[in-house]
Amino acid sequence: MTTTHVAVGSRPHSAEAQPGENYLNCSHGLKSWLLTLDHKRIGVMYLIATLGSFLLGGIFALLVRTEHLTAGKTIMDADTYNQMFTLHGAVMVFLFIIPAIPAAFGNFVLPIMLGAKDVAFPRLNLASFYFWIAGAVLAVVSIAINAPDTGWTFYTPYSTSTATSVIPVVFGVFILGFSSIFTGLNFIVTIHKLRPKEMGWFQMPLFLWGLYATALIQILATPVLAITLLLLILERSLGIGIFDPALGGDPVLFQHFFWFYSHPAVYIMILPAMGIISELITTYSHKHIFSYRFIAYSSVAIAIFGFLVWGHHMFTSGQSSLLSMIFSAITFSVAIPSAIKVFNWVVTMYKGSIDLKTPMWYALIFIWVFSIGGLTGIFLGTLSVDVHLHDTYFVVAHFHYVMFGGTVMALLGGLHHWWPKMFGRMYNERWAQVATFLVFVGFNLTFFTQFVMGSRGMPRRYYMYPEEFTNWHVASTWGSYIMAAGFVLTAIYLLRSLAKGPIAPMNPWGGATLEWQTTSPPPHYNFDGDPPKTGDPYDFDRVKYDPETGSYYHEPLRG
Amino acid sequence: MIGILQAMAPEGLLASAGGSFWLPAAKSTFAKSTDATFYFIYWLSVFFFVLILVMAVWFLLKYRRKGPVPQSQPSAHHSTFLELLWSGVPLLLVLGIFVMGFRGFMDLRTPPKGAYEVRVIGQKWNWAFQYPNGYEDSELHVPAGEPIRLVMTSMDVLHSFYVPEFRVKMDVVPGRYTDAWFQADDPGESRIFCAEYCGTSHSQMLSKVIVHEKGEFDEWMKKAADWISEMAPEEAGAILYDRKGCRQCHSLDGTGGVGPTFKGSFGNRRAWSDGSSGVMDENYIRESILNPKAKVVAGFDPVMPTFQGRVNEKELAALIAYIKSLK
Repeated sequence: MTTTHVAVGSRPHSAEAQPGENYLNCSHGLKSWLLTLDHKRIGVMYLIATLGSFLLGGIFALLVRTEHLTAGKTIMDADTYNQMFTLHGAVMVFLFIIPAIPAAFGNFVLPIMLGAKDVAFPRLNLASFYFWIAGAVLAVVSIAINAPDTGWTFYTPYSTSTATSVIPVVFGVFILGFSSIFTGLNFIVTIHKLRPKEMGWFQMPLFLWGLYATALIQILATPVLAITLLLLILERSLGIGIFDPALGGDPVLFQHFFWFYSHPAVYIMILPAMGIISELITTYSHKHIFSYRFIAYSSVAIAIFGFLVWGHHMFTSGQSSLLSMIFSAITFSVAIPSAIKVFNWVVTMYKGSIDLKTPMWYALIFIWVFSIGGLTGIFLGTLSVDVHLHDTYFVVAHFHYVMFGGTVMALLGGLHHWWPKMFGRMYNERWAQVATFLVFVGFNLTFFTQFVMGSRGMPRRYYMYPEEFTNWHVASTWGSYIMAAGFVLTAIYLLRSLAKGPIAPMNPWGGATLEWQTTSPPPHYNFDGDPPKTGDPYDFDRVKYDPETGSYYHEPLRG
Repeated sequence: MIGILQAMAPEGLLASAGGSFWLPAAKSTFAKSTDATFYFIYWLSVFFFVLILVMAVWFLLKYRRKGPVPQSQPSAHHSTFLELLWSGVPLLLVLGIFVMGFRGFMDLRTPPKGAYEVRVIGQKWNWAFQYPNGYEDSELHVPAGEPIRLVMTSMDVLHSFYVPEFRVKMDVVPGRYTDAWFQADDPGESRIFCAEYCGTSHSQMLSKVIVHEKGEFDEWMKKAADWISEMAPEEAGAILYDRKGCRQCHSLDGTGGVGPTFKGSFGNRRAWSDGSSGVMDENYIRESILNPKAKVVAGFDPVMPTFQGRVNEKELAALIAYIKSLK
């Protein structure tokens, strides 16, 4: 199928690009970026925006951790602490993890992997970016006015009664939801309509299965969050009495509404990350992915089951025991597709030719942290054990192992994997591995200690804590400093590579999918002329090393 | 060896006080079953984590690329047997874990009949515990070896009643009652935390459960309920004047109300509504509290309810002392 839309840029493009011309240098000036309809430029803008949010959320996290260096007051008072952990959670979840992989890497890579010129609706794509900006600005403005102190979960009736400014940040999240819906819709239509004729569903790269499953959740679950947040705004401003028991409402109803979105949202965060890991493991093992169909189906299974488990956040909320039993049972069913993925990734390495480049290190770290994150989820899905662990640091550690350890490690892996493709430059491999090591050590020191504190009874969101937890808190805080050093180092060598890095070849890693069969960076329309024909996306027999250029090339498709 | 490690390690590194490495001391009857489930999942997790790690490291060492040219060897891309194995075995295991967790949970959610009931009120940022005899305390005192049922509600936002050493947690919700129960067989003290975020002093919303020997609990309750003996009778009377609702009708500043003011009232001669008169002395106050309609002050309606059975001798004495002091 050919694309029929006409892209609008600051100057006309021809399908046949000039030699040396790419999407970065084909037009110039701020306006050519701000009004671009090119999915690659929108992806890059999203990358900058979401990584900026990661920096902001990270600063809040470091302040929270620093406060915990002592059991009493260290650097801030209780109300400021409550605002800091709220901002950390809200910024990281809504501005960073949910949009980061789909909107940044999905936007950049998805159309190229399909051999398409762009997503199905380029204008909607740009609109989604500006909805993101609008939501982010509102959220950040509320920080400047009087930052909320409700926790990122906005539980009622605290959120309807606190004196801090809840409405701007909630309205900001409401708007961010549209950005997420637009992106999801765009990806679904693009995957359905712009796939080349010879590419069946099971010839798609697995990253696209991850994005597709994510997009399904985005368009089905996000509207529920939007309605819930609107009700919260109406409750707070007009006192309509939906959630506040003083007005005849039900505070537990808010939790049901909130988690009906926010649990599937966990899979919005992790499914694209799993897609990246599938790409990384197979590429750096130079080996066909093991059991393609099971990995693809398991993404969809996770997306479906993910809708049916929200009540496992509420085992101690006062919901009925029958509900808790049902939610616990379904929760365990989500464990299976995740286990299938992990085993298939590991077995993909069997008889491969493993190249321990930075993205592969991140993929291996992902398997480490995601295994711990997933296995500790079993503790929390188990009813009697969850009663003890709920709302303790054990939960905090668990979801950081999954969301931060899982999603962010995959994001870093993807960032290093696609960096040469996006910007045409190679980063310094040695420094990258030093930073990876710092992140790995720092991460585990920060969060493994929190498992121990939590199972010993340390409740979360505590400004002060009993003295006996001091050593563990201090270790956790030092871990966060080590990790921060790793991130700063990463930023330095990546930015430096833009100016001084060696020019990237077309296929520096030996990737088999279509984005490695165009120039680095790609031209405006992604390929010079028609994209190459595709077959099995993981046919590494065709991907050969060229000793002269130190990179890889594809042998023509047989048959 | 372990002893040396424990001696060298900073306090609290290898085990929490009275507990194991992962869990605090187990002080309720069902804590042991929760802990058994916890450690079952724990060792299973350790097994699978090590399995994944060993496989990954083994492949990494064996199939690490040597030189720039990839040399992967052909092998199957799929094995239905393996897929069924590694989805089927975990499925059976998690089913077993689900059943263990569910059975423990049903024990947690089903208080035995005839449990001793304490009402729990959560309020920013303190706990109040009300006993069947009406006594209220900011700490939870319970007898050992007896099931205790807590009927809980909140006056403002969500709170959560959490005793780590009992493995008990339940949200405390405004506008409805939630319940929890436990039985502690050994006397001792355990910490109560608020586990649901509730604002500024959430981390200071702490209290204690004090488990008394069975006999000692009754003694403690008798003494605690007898708080009047702990202070001067006038002070106790002032508290009772508020608590029993005297304030609603009898002013302290001489202004009129539904009933006559208490200010400077003691020792005065009064005219009764039946035309006779008498002195307001100890006996008159006593009679007026227990049988208010016997002698009503002229000019007032006989509307005061009797407090017969709602005040005891000590409280009467305290109230009389308080009224005497209001010059």
